[in-house]
Amino acid sequence: MDLSFFVVLLAAGIRYGTGTLFATIGEIFAERAGVLNVGIEGMMLMGAVTAYGAAYYTGNPWLGLLVALIVGGVMALLHAFVTITLRADQVVSGLALTLLGAGLSAVIGAPLVEVRDAPQLPAFPIPGLAQIPILGPIFFDHNVIVYIGLLAAPIAWWYIYRTRPGMELRAIGEYPAAADVLGIAVIRQRYLYVIFGGMLAGLGGAALSLAITPLWVEGMTAGQGWIALGLVIFASWNPLRAALGAYLFGAIGRLPLDLQNLPLFLANPQLGYFARMLPYLFVILLMIISARGNMRRRIGAPAALGQPYVREERGA
Amino acid sequence: MHRGGAPRIRFERRLEQPRWLSIASPFILVAAALAVGAALLALVGAAPLVVYGRMAEIAFGSAYGWSDTTIKATPLILAGLGVSIAFKMRLWNIGAEGQLFIGAWCATGVALFLMPKDTPQALMLLAMGLAGFIGGAFWGFIPGVLKAKLNINEIITTLMLTYVAFQWNNFFVYGPWSQRGFGLTEQFPKSAWMPRFTDFGKIFPAFQGMTAHFGILLAVILAVFLWFVWRRSKWGFGVKIIGDNPRAARYAGINLTRNIIVVMMLSGGLAGIAGMVEVSGVVHRLQERFSPGYGYTAIIIAWLAKLNPLAIILVSYLFGGLLVGGDAIQPAGIAGMLQGVILFVVVGGESMLQYRIRVER
Repeated sequence: MDLSFFVVLLAAGIRYGTGTLFATIGEIFAERAGVLNVGIEGMMLMGAVTAYGAAYYTGNPWLGLLVALIVGGVMALLHAFVTITLRADQVVSGLALTLLGAGLSAVIGAPLVEVRDAPQLPAFPIPGLAQIPILGPIFFDHNVIVYIGLLAAPIAWWYIYRTRPGMELRAIGEYPAAADVLGIAVIRQRYLYVIFGGMLAGLGGAALSLAITPLWVEGMTAGQGWIALGLVIFASWNPLRAALGAYLFGAIGRLPLDLQNLPLFLANPQLGYFARMLPYLFVILLMIISARGNMRRRIGAPAALGQPYVREERGA
Repeated sequence: MHRGGAPRIRFERRLEQPRWLSIASPFILVAAALAVGAALLALVGAAPLVVYGRMAEIAFGSAYGWSDTTIKATPLILAGLGVSIAFKMRLWNIGAEGQLFIGAWCATGVALFLMPKDTPQALMLLAMGLAGFIGGAFWGFIPGVLKAKLNINEIITTLMLTYVAFQWNNFFVYGPWSQRGFGLTEQFPKSAWMPRFTDFGKIFPAFQGMTAHFGILLAVILAVFLWFVWRRSKWGFGVKIIGDNPRAARYAGINLTRNIIVVMMLSGGLAGIAGMVEVSGVVHRLQERFSPGYGYTAIIIAWLAKLNPLAIILVSYLFGGLLVGGDAIQPAGIAGMLQGVILFVVVGGESMLQYRIRVER
């Protein structure tokens, strides 16, 4: 193993982790506002299939991206209505969203499974920067959607920690009653952030089907929506840490492909099944690490996460 | 609080649910779910009434239909009971699918490699059932311990372990246990087959051709047993208290840590039995994908049945019918989509029925 192996691995990690990153950042916004949405997997799948279909039928991948944003947002709106307005259990509603998305995407996508030539989002090596040794191939020789992801994490961090709306966002997730007293429209803001989170999940799905693994197959997210849910906790609801987690996950998710060319794996191809467990085991490991870390540093979930806000009743 | 401006729609919680509503609500909700499903079907270009009619006829229109539906309902009941145990304590075990695969894997190991082929059938099935339970319980034990000791979110761990279970299963059916490199093992010896109703066709002619197996009896017995556990046992009462109010449970001296682990193991163990029953009663071997997502459907079933074991039997038959009917129509995936719609409408609708809608001016 030499340096080039790691360069390839890191570049692949950033590429492969981009879809998960969007979904993770989206979920951070929703959870920061106090609403848990475990339906990411369903929204990603719907985003992936509608983006691919729209790109194929219109010939324009950017239109596909737009459709995925809308579809993700609409699905999240369903979740928002059921959990914020009707105050149903957030976990169950999110599960329903995932099952709905998985089933519906399979139905919609049936005619698209054979399609292999839908237009993709363009790759764009950044002139000059892409030629820098080591850093060039890792950061600056990617599909456009990857750059959007690289920018999204710091922007989301800045918004949450350095702007007034970001501060309000944290307030409605920690202490909605106090936020309400300050004149923040808790219900409306929760709606907006849940919808925004869904849009990013849809975008994550579109990133998969239009750029990262450019095709549509049933269940193609392979648990990335659930992994995003784990990464949110690992990230302590911080978008920058989320990027770290998502790209690490991307690299490990890519690993089986790289490992299969090693002599050991060529001789025993069945070891590949164990390599394919790694991303999932990695997430469990991350959860264990962050559980211990969070206990020590006393960083927890937003205090009002999972609880509906009712003005008339005593809030959290 | 609201002065002037446009009228505003408010949802107000009903103080008590009128009696007619609590009786009518399941029917209202199922009807609403079917209506929403019909709209979606029309949207994707199918004729809703034709699809529904055809599905109902295939699943419930004949004795063979009922037999096929029973085959699907069997693992659904078992896995549904499994997740319902965890849900009762508000533990979100959504990894029943993985627990089911590990249970099936353990049962297969027993049937093919541990026990001699001429083991008496009863003994063989007992050993397989035990192995299935232990396998599933172990797969539930891991997230249980992580939850109890480190407070790690069980939604994520149970699901991650499901994907690990798939790969574990794949390794064996393509690797050491594989039959010529296909994604399946060799067939079980006859002693490892769950008796089927058609096997008794000579004595009871009505059973001829009915491939449903005795797993359904086990499922029903376990459901009734669980119903008694919730109703009558101190332990069942304790679990319910933990679910409703963990703090009160701790003050009452109930050991939370141990109960979390035990409940997760029982939950996984029942899903493991579902896997054993499926390989022993239906496929008679281990395969790459022998379950069409029973473990996920079980989540919906447990919730719709409001965690009532007897209702789980009923709802499992409904969803079994949905799977049987869905298999026979195109495009594939309609059954899955309808499952999601039904759960969504019921979850949302149930809370909606707790509210009155008022327009404020």
